Amino acid sequence: MSTHSEPTGQSGGAPPAPLWEVFVRARRGLAHTHVGSLHAADAELALRNARDLYTRRQEGVSIWVLPTAAITASSPDEKDAFFDPAADKVYRHPTFYEVPEGAAHL
Amino acid sequence: MTAHAEQTTPLAVQATPPTRQAAPGTVTNRVGFVLGLADDALVAAQRLAQWCTHGPEMEEDIALSNIALDQLGAARLLLTYAGEMEGAGRDEDALAYQRDDREFRNCLLVELPNGDFAVTMAKLLFLAAYQVPLYTALAGCGDERLAAIGAKARKESAYHLDHASLWVRRLGDGTDESHRRMQAAVDEVWPYTHELLAPDPTAPVDPATLRVDFDSAVSGVLAEATLTVPETSWTPDGGRNGVHTEHLSYLLAELQVLHRAHPGASW
Repeated sequence: MSTHSEPTGQSGGAPPAPLWEVFVRARRGLAHTHVGSLHAADAELALRNARDLYTRRQEGVSIWVLPTAAITASSPDEKDAFFDPAADKVYRHPTFYEVPEGAAHL
Repeated sequence: MTAHAEQTTPLAVQATPPTRQAAPGTVTNRVGFVLGLADDALVAAQRLAQWCTHGPEMEEDIALSNIALDQLGAARLLLTYAGEMEGAGRDEDALAYQRDDREFRNCLLVELPNGDFAVTMAKLLFLAAYQVPLYTALAGCGDERLAAIGAKARKESAYHLDHASLWVRRLGDGTDESHRRMQAAVDEVWPYTHELLAPDPTAPVDPATLRVDFDSAVSGVLAEATLTVPETSWTPDGGRNGVHTEHLSYLLAELQVLHRAHPGASW
């Protein structure tokens, strides 16, 4: 495991504002989906920036922002240990029973 | 920026007293009022667009461009309506591109140069604090077209007010340097707010009635930002009568040059 490190960003001048990850919910009933990231000095500004950057074309009805530094992500080095063991365990897929006629949304 | 304020003083002070060309409540009078709002929005849009690629950070660049486009959208609706009311066959393009500075009715506030980011935010704060109650009042007025435009624009202006407030609070209550520059910006721009709220009882919405909302919006933000309003009796005006600072002609030259060189050009 490794925490996301911030990109060093711009060369010279003031250091860039902290990085934030943006999640947008397209409409009621859907989950918030990651759409990108942005720089902002604080959470309130991050939310406003997200509104301007990611919902200009009616992409959403709700926005979450969270500091990139707060994300703990899996590392590409751990890919094998993390994900490969699932490859040969077909019994984990729900394919061993019959879906009743007419059952919707399964 | 102080230098520019000194430059503009003589012009504004020499402005001849308004001579109303139309009797109260006439169509001409209403056209003038709508044109004033349209030009406020058009000139503000052009000024804000000048920040494009110059914003302090990429996110702010886009935020200011968004606000500029909101203002442009309102300007187009208002210009179109003013042209229709005037009945002289002028559409939004004719009004935007073929009038000289003396025919523009915008307030002086919006034509002032952008200055630093603090000046731009002070200008936006005062403009939005005026436009929000103005558009809200228009949304409930008897003129259907103006009511529709007001209803659309007030939501956009509410966001402009929110955006400007956010920055004014942060800069005013930030570092010593940011406080100094934000206070200097408020000192410089404040006198120009007087013109926004000058009484006009014949207008569909008398700007003087917006004073309470304007003051409450502005004083709350400034208090939180630890900023003060300057004591000054200098109240430059003249914009509503076409008497502008020298900055407007340069802005219009840039705005109009393409259309004047290639009349009727389109994408």
